[in-house]
Formats: sequence, structure tokens, C-alpha cells
Amino acid sequence: MSNKKDSIQNVIKVALMVCLACAVVVSSASVILRPIQERNQELDFRRNILSAAGLLEPGRSVEEQFEQIEVRLVDLTTGQFTDVMDPADFDPRRAASIPEISRNLSNQEDIAGLNRREDIAEVYLVRNDAGEIDVLILPVRGYGLWSTMRGFLALDNDLNTVVGLGFYDHAETPGLGGEIDNPNWKSQWVGKKVYDEDQSVQLGVKKGSVDSSNEFEQRHRVDGLSGATLTSNGVTNMVQFWFGEQGFKAFVQNLKAGEV
Amino acid sequence: MSEARKVLVTPLLANNPISLQILGICSALAVTTSMNVALVMCLALTAVCAFSNLFISMIRNQIPSNIRIIVQMTIIASLVIVVDQILKAYAFDISRQLSVFVGLIITNCIVMGRAEAFAMQNPPGMSFLDGVGNGLGYSVVLLFVAALREFFGSGSLFGIEILALVNAGGWYVPNGLMLLPPSAFFIIGGFIWINRELYKDQVEENDFVMKPHVKKEAM
Repeated sequence: MSNKKDSIQNVIKVALMVCLACAVVVSSASVILRPIQERNQELDFRRNILSAAGLLEPGRSVEEQFEQIEVRLVDLTTGQFTDVMDPADFDPRRAASIPEISRNLSNQEDIAGLNRREDIAEVYLVRNDAGEIDVLILPVRGYGLWSTMRGFLALDNDLNTVVGLGFYDHAETPGLGGEIDNPNWKSQWVGKKVYDEDQSVQLGVKKGSVDSSNEFEQRHRVDGLSGATLTSNGVTNMVQFWFGEQGFKAFVQNLKAGEV
Repeated sequence: MSEARKVLVTPLLANNPISLQILGICSALAVTTSMNVALVMCLALTAVCAFSNLFISMIRNQIPSNIRIIVQMTIIASLVIVVDQILKAYAFDISRQLSVFVGLIITNCIVMGRAEAFAMQNPPGMSFLDGVGNGLGYSVVLLFVAALREFFGSGSLFGIEILALVNAGGWYVPNGLMLLPPSAFFIIGGFIWINRELYKDQVEENDFVMKPHVKKEAM
């Protein structure tokens, strides 16, 4: 009996059967549950947009709250709204890998470690009753220590003051770089200015803590995360990139000048 | 005590996988900062342990002994993936907090240990109960640790505030150590101590006895 059980034929037979059965179970679980998981991710994405703008009210459904937000596409090169695609068909996570609407960045341009940048980006607007922009929420991403950190940065109606910052996807070291999710740290961003008088991007993370007597740092810097210099630098580069020439600068300038 | 009941109940305290067999400690340290997360982890582990025992026991007479470990691993890994997918679909927030630890159930010594030690020798029904029992034994320790850590570390249980925290205008200064992994070591140590006071037979005999100090005069 034991000889028959341990024969090569039986070993191969059992191995194949087990693999087949397990493969069927795993793949059917994945296929059946995928729609629900994607819905969860979409909700989480929207929750992060709301939370970056400081609009998230716990207890109300995210979908209902998201209705106040206007989703538009922006051509990053011209800095104008574009209607070449329907925002509903636009996948922000895939955009940078579709050849027709993205391009490679040169080493000099690529300060945030992105390799490719999409030409069209999705932005989120909250308008007040008069139709003026109340909050502008921009998607940002950049390479930290281990991963591309993806998040949103929200600007106030002056298009310069930060309302909030939040990440919905990253894989930085928990407890060190992972502290970019820490509410206390994120709250430091509120009220900081992105551009200085010369319209160059000054917002960033300082190594160490912000000097309260230094007016420049008060306006443009937040405390560094201890033990997470590379993640902190990554966040600074991310802000530099997305508010710079390659990012939303043209769009923000156009909005300010009312030329959109 | 009937056989089935014995299989189900002894792992709770008398033969607890964590406090007596010292298996599966790593997740006990990592996921016990709050009750919600610990509870979901316990359910996940109990389900995986029970069903892996069931399936392995069902095919135990067919598994060739030289590939038995890898067959067990394949079954356990598939179940863990299924559990992970279900959590991502129905408990998204908690699955984010558990992150990699659901995946690490695959390497949890309890699941593998029970499959190899029990399911390979016993019929499916009993093996299933043994899996549930050991899962519950793991849960007892995890929930005990999580209750203490969340209560003293965050002043709440299941996310419901019980002690008003200082930074929310209350009086309780949370014990930050409780939110760090070392505190789980201390609490598990405490649990083992209590466990051994209740079940004296768990206390091992000393491996050696210290000789009394002998004073030696200088020549």
C-alpha cells in the first residue's frame, strides 16, 4: 500500500490534482469578488479626495458626498480643461502607461522618479454657489523610498494655500516613512503656501523641524519625518514636480488669471 | 468528555497553541493593537485552520508522504488567498490594516502544525473540529492581548471610547508602550503565567538545579 502511494505516478497524480483544484478555487474567488473589490477601491479613492479637501464627514455615504465634486480633465501641456475624453472613462492610474496620452520624462525633468507622465490629468473641483472655485484638488504622486506614493493635494480658493494632503496608496516603511499618513503630520500642511511671490514652487518638507522665527519656513515648510529622510525628500520632489512646469503650474496660472 | 468535545475544548487553555506550544507568536504581536483588527484576524485564522485541516484530512490517504508538506502548503495557501480576497471585498478598511498579516497566515505555525500533527492522522470531522478548536485557542490569546492593549493604549474597546483621552479633552494619558509590539510580549508572558497557575501540569520541571554556593577558603 505504502509503496503504491509513494510511487512516482501517484506523486505526480496527487500533485496535479491538488494544483488543479486549488487553482480553480483561487481563480474563481478572485473573479467572483473582483467587482466588489473594485467598487471598494473606487470608494476609497473618492474618500481620499474628500478627505484631502477636508470635506469628509463621517457617517454620510461617500457617494452622496462626492456629488458636490466636479470631475474634469486637464491638458497638462496647455493648462486648459479638455474634453477629449469622458472623465468616467479616464483611469488616472493607467493614464501614464497609455502611449497616446503620455510621454517619457527626461532625467532632468523627472525629479519625482515617475519615468512617464500623462498629458491629461483628472482634477477635482468644489465650486461655491456663485460658481467660483472653492477648493481645487489635484492628484500628485512621487517616488519615496520603496514605492510610488499616490495622493491628493487640495488648494484653497486663492490657488496657493494648501487645504489638505492625503495619500491613498504607498508602501513606505510602517512607523517611519509610513508616517506620511499620520494625521498630526498631515495637519501641518494646512495653510502652507505652494508658490512664493515669484511664482516658483517653494512648498516642501524640511529636514528637522520648522524654525518658528523664520518667516519663509513658516510659509512654505513642514517638519521632516524623523528616520524617513528619503520619504520626506520624495514628498518634496513630488510637490516640486506636480506644481512645477511639468505638472499643474500652467493650469493653476490659467485658473488664477481666469483664462480657462 | 466526549472525543469531539475534547478536541474542541482542550486547545482553549489546557493545550493552547500560543501559550503552551508557543506557536504563531508573530501575528499575536502585530495585529493586537485594536480589538476589531484582532477579531477579524482570529476569524480568518480559525477559518483557514479548520478548512485546511478538513481538506487535508479528506485526502490524507492519497497524499504521498514525500510531498505531503508541499501539498499541505498548497491547500493552506489557496485558502489564505480566498480569505484575503473575501476580506478585500467585504471588510476593506480592516483588510488594509491587516495588510500583509492575512497573507502571513500561510506561514503561521499553528495551521501547518495542526495539519501535519492532527489532520494527517484523523478523519475529516475530527480534524475540522481540531482546526476550529486551535483557531479559538489562538483567538483567546489574541483577544485577551488586544483587549488590554487597546484599553490601556487607546482608552477604547472595539473603537468605542471608554476612557476619555487627554488629547481629546479627557483625563486619561494613553500608555504608548501598549501600542508597540513589545507590550504584547509582556502580556503574552502574563497570560502564560496565569494559564500555568490554572493548569499546574503545564509547568515543566527544572532542567537542572543550581547547587548551593560553596565558599572556598583561600589556601
